[in-house]
Amino acid sequence: MGMTFAEKILAKKAGLLKVKPGDVVTVEPDRALSHDNAAAIIKLFKSIGLEKVWNPKKIVIVLDHAVPAPTDKHADNHKQIRRFVAEQGIEYFYDVNSDGGVCHQVFCEEGFALPGHVIVGSDSHTCTYGAFGAFATGIGRSEMAGVWALGEIWFRVPESIKIDLEGVFPEGVYAKDLILRIIGDLGADGADYKSVEFSGSAIRNMSISERMTLCNMVIEMGAKNGFIEPDEKTLSYIEDIAKSEFEVIKPDEDASYERILRYNLSKLEPLIAKPHNIDNVSPVKDLEGVKIDQALIGTCTNGRLDDLKIAASILKGNKVAKGVRLIVIPASWKVYKEAIKERIIEILIESGAIIAPPGCGPCMGNHLGVLASGEVCISTANRNFKGRMGNPESQIYLASPATVAASALKGVITDPREVL
Amino acid sequence: MAVLRGRAWVFGDNIDTDLIYHGKYLPLTDPSEMAKHAMEYVPGMEDFSKRVKPGDIVVAGRNFGSGSSREHAVLCLKYLGISGVIAESISRIYYRNAINNGFLVLECPGISKKVKTGDEIEVEPETGRIRNLSTGEEFQANPISGLEKEIMEKGGLIEYIQSLIER
Repeated sequence: MGMTFAEKILAKKAGLLKVKPGDVVTVEPDRALSHDNAAAIIKLFKSIGLEKVWNPKKIVIVLDHAVPAPTDKHADNHKQIRRFVAEQGIEYFYDVNSDGGVCHQVFCEEGFALPGHVIVGSDSHTCTYGAFGAFATGIGRSEMAGVWALGEIWFRVPESIKIDLEGVFPEGVYAKDLILRIIGDLGADGADYKSVEFSGSAIRNMSISERMTLCNMVIEMGAKNGFIEPDEKTLSYIEDIAKSEFEVIKPDEDASYERILRYNLSKLEPLIAKPHNIDNVSPVKDLEGVKIDQALIGTCTNGRLDDLKIAASILKGNKVAKGVRLIVIPASWKVYKEAIKERIIEILIESGAIIAPPGCGPCMGNHLGVLASGEVCISTANRNFKGRMGNPESQIYLASPATVAASALKGVITDPREVL
Repeated sequence: MAVLRGRAWVFGDNIDTDLIYHGKYLPLTDPSEMAKHAMEYVPGMEDFSKRVKPGDIVVAGRNFGSGSSREHAVLCLKYLGISGVIAESISRIYYRNAINNGFLVLECPGISKKVKTGDEIEVEPETGRIRNLSTGEEFQANPISGLEKEIMEKGGLIEYIQSLIER
C-alpha cells in the first residue's frame, strides 16, 4: 500500500520509511512563519531561557495584522519585533513598508512556499502553501516558541481526504464558490485533523491564485493541511523566486484515503456563506436583495491581482451604490503596484472604492473597516464568525470577489451573473 | 494526573475562537482581565465569567475552538479557573494549544446531550472516564497519554522544553 502526501512527507522528514495515520513523528520545519504575534512568541521564547533561535534563516516574520500600527500597544509590539529581528539576525523580515503585505501572500511571492517543504506558521491560514505542494499548517504561539528554540515540532500523522475535481467553472463561478460548496457539504469540522488533497483535471487548469484560495480555506473545515500536486505552473511560478532547494513529493497512486469526494465544476453556481458559520452556505440567488452596508475585497483568501481584476471588470464605468462602503485591500504591495500599473486601482477608485494599505485590518476587526452595530458586510474573506470584523452585532457574508463587487454595485446581495 | 470534579456549563456546536475570546481583547495580557472576557460573545453567556466557580468544567458540542490560532482562547478559560473542556469534537489547533498550555481538553462523542448545565461531573484524564454524578451516567472520552500527557504534566510546552534543556 502506498502513502498519501501527508504520510510520505512526514515519513521522509522524520527519517522513517513508512508511517500511518495516528503515528506521532517529530520533524524539523523548513520554514517557520510569524506575523505581529511574534511579539508574544518572543516573550515565550525568552521564558525558555535560550539566547539564540535555532536557525534565523528559517524564520520568516511579516507584519500584517495591525499595520501601520493603529494603537500604541500595537506600535510597541512592532518595535519589540524589530529589535528581536536585529538581535537574532533574522534576515527574512517584512516590515510595514512597500515590500510587505499579508503574510501568506508575501510568503508565496517571496519564494518561501515550496514543494516538499514542511512549513509551520503561527497563523491558522498557513495551510495556504499547500497550493505549492508544501505540507503547511497553523500552530499556536507556544508551539512556535518551541520551534524557534528547538527547531522541531511533533505531528500526529493525519488521515487523508481526496477531493477530485473535474469540469470547468461556468461564467460567474470561481474557486471561492467551489471551496464554499465543499465546506458546505463537509461541514465546518468535516475534515478535522485531516489532510485534504485536491486533484483532478480541473486543478491542473486552475491558476496558482485559485489554488491558493482553495488551500487557504481548508482550515475552515478543520483540516490540518491542504495539498495540490506541483505541476509546470507551480514550477514556473517559483522558478526565479525560490529561496531554497526543494523537492516535489507526490502521493503514491495506490495511497489509501479515508474518503474520496468528486465535484464537477460545471455544475456549480455562485455561493455565499451566511452569518455566523462558514458551512451555512446558500446559492447567492437565494439571498438576493439583502441590503449591505459594507463590501470588502481583499484578505489572504481573495486579495490577489486576479481578484481585483474581476472586481474591476464588474465595477468599471459604474458607481458603488449610495450608502455602501467598498473597501479594497490588495493582499501585498506587489499586488498593489501591479494593480496600479494595470490601471485596476484607478477603475476601483473611480467606482467609489476605498483602497486600504495591504494588511489584515478589517478581516479580524483590527482597524480600517470595523463594522457598526446592526451593519451587514459582504466580504471575500474566509471567516464569518460572530464579531469577527469587530462587532458582534453585525453580520458577515462571504463570497467571491465577483459576488462582492456585484453586490457593492447594487447595494444588495447580487448574483454576479446578472452584471457580467 | 488528578481526577477532576466540578459543575458543568453546557455549550452548543461551533463555539469558535472569537466567541470564546473576542479579537478586540487580544492586546490584553493581564490574566485576570483576560479571564473576565471568556465566552463573552456566546449568546446568553455574556456574564459567564461572573457566574463560574473555579473547578467548573465546560462541556460543548462539535468543533469547539474552531478558527484562529490565538492561544487567548485557551488561556482565558484557564485563567478563569475552568478545569477543562469536554467537547464532542475539538478543533485541531485549539486542541494542541490547550495541551501546550497545560489545559485539559477531552473529546467525548455524545456528551453535550447527556449533561445539563449545573450537573456535577467527574473526569479521569488518564482513562478518559467521565461520570455525570447528577444522573449516574458514565461516558468514555479519549484519554490523555503519551507525549501529550508528558507535556500536560509539566504544565505546558514551554515548561516541557525547559525540562528538556535542563536535562
